[in-house]
Amino acid sequence: MIRTIVVMAAVAIGIGGVAAQSDVISERKALMKKNAQHAKGMNGMIKGETPFDAAAAAAAFTQWGETAAAMPKLFPDNSKTGGETRALPKIWEDSAGWNAQIAGFAKAAAAGKAKATSLEGLKETMPAVSKACNDCHEGYRAAQKK
Amino acid sequence: MRRLLLALVLLGLAGAVAFWFVTRPQSIAAGELPAHKPNLENGKVMFFAGGCAGCHTTPKQDDRMRLGGGMALRSPYGTFYPPNISPDPKDGIGAWTEANFVTAMVKGTSPDGRHYFPSFPYTSYQRMTFADLRDMFAFIKTLPPVSGRERDHDIRFPFNIRLSLGGWKFLYLDGRPFTPDPNRPVQWNRGAYLVNGPGHCAECHSPRDLLGGIVEARRFAGGPNPEGEGTIPNITQQALGEYSEKDIAEVLASGTTPDGDSVGSSMAAVVRNTSQLPASDHAAMAAYIKSLPPVK
Repeated sequence: MIRTIVVMAAVAIGIGGVAAQSDVISERKALMKKNAQHAKGMNGMIKGETPFDAAAAAAAFTQWGETAAAMPKLFPDNSKTGGETRALPKIWEDSAGWNAQIAGFAKAAAAGKAKATSLEGLKETMPAVSKACNDCHEGYRAAQKK
Repeated sequence: MRRLLLALVLLGLAGAVAFWFVTRPQSIAAGELPAHKPNLENGKVMFFAGGCAGCHTTPKQDDRMRLGGGMALRSPYGTFYPPNISPDPKDGIGAWTEANFVTAMVKGTSPDGRHYFPSFPYTSYQRMTFADLRDMFAFIKTLPPVSGRERDHDIRFPFNIRLSLGGWKFLYLDGRPFTPDPNRPVQWNRGAYLVNGPGHCAECHSPRDLLGGIVEARRFAGGPNPEGEGTIPNITQQALGEYSEKDIAEVLASGTTPDGDSVGSSMAAVVRNTSQLPASDHAAMAAYIKSLPPVK
């Protein structure tokens, strides 16, 4: 009987934990979605599919900067699994490396914000942002989930 | 009774000899290579199309031209450590002949006559023309020699028995070079060649059977990531229906997907190679990939 209670309590705590962590997981997922939408917009301008829009560029770089600032708080220890996260354990195992990636992203976003006031400036500065995305997604995000 | 036993032993021996004969490591003799003047420019394209640097560069440094080997390549069978293929004569392939190189690439056999593990994707490289292979070899020979040997592969029993790889090759290495489809445009054929030959895309983008061979009926339909977490995506029209040829070319050029995401994972390393290819080759590969019928 005591065993049953202990197990039930453990399960209850587990469920509570999942609820807590899934909030932060969906929060960071939503941010990433926004990042991608902005990247899509910028890439469209660079490829000449849409005309250059200075306000949109400023909004994109601002949002990326905000994401980079928020990231360190969005991966607490209880958010390693659940919510279909693609975050890899390496984020927590190699936090120095991961923090360096985020710092690189923050730097690219800040540098780009100053420059992306023209199409030429955007073209010049966007590759650093794309590289930051790709570099971090290479080692710290799992290959596609089914 | 004794006679029966003897008959069985003899039969077993005959079987073993036959197995060895059919599955012995094969090679290509120098005499099979006609006169050829290496084209380094083309060799460089083949080097990047082949993604050699993806597995063979020295880890923990950024120079993609230092092919000292030693990266850990995880798999369900254990961890492979791709070798030093820099032109170092002692530790790399500097002392190899052209025939040694072509043999390794299309027969999966080392200069000392051993089977290579198919983590080295000779099942794809066998589709390449001898001319392209020789240009690739000539280009690799221009790169800096790196000394030092990689550590031995760490493969579980029974997969570590090299002799058994002869049987694996018998099943999965057909020895056929790429043949263009005369009913398709030149660009499509170029793409088909790059994707199936040097590009070895199917090696990750296909499911594998219990013996580790590609399930041909589901070629390019994706599968579990052989290196670990997650799934390698399906790249047939089943999954890429909404990608235009331009979108696919952009992924190969920059790693950016149409929805603004970046490919990441092991594809990021692939893009570091494909990004070095001319735009015409991105377009050719995209034309071929866009033509792949949907496979679930």
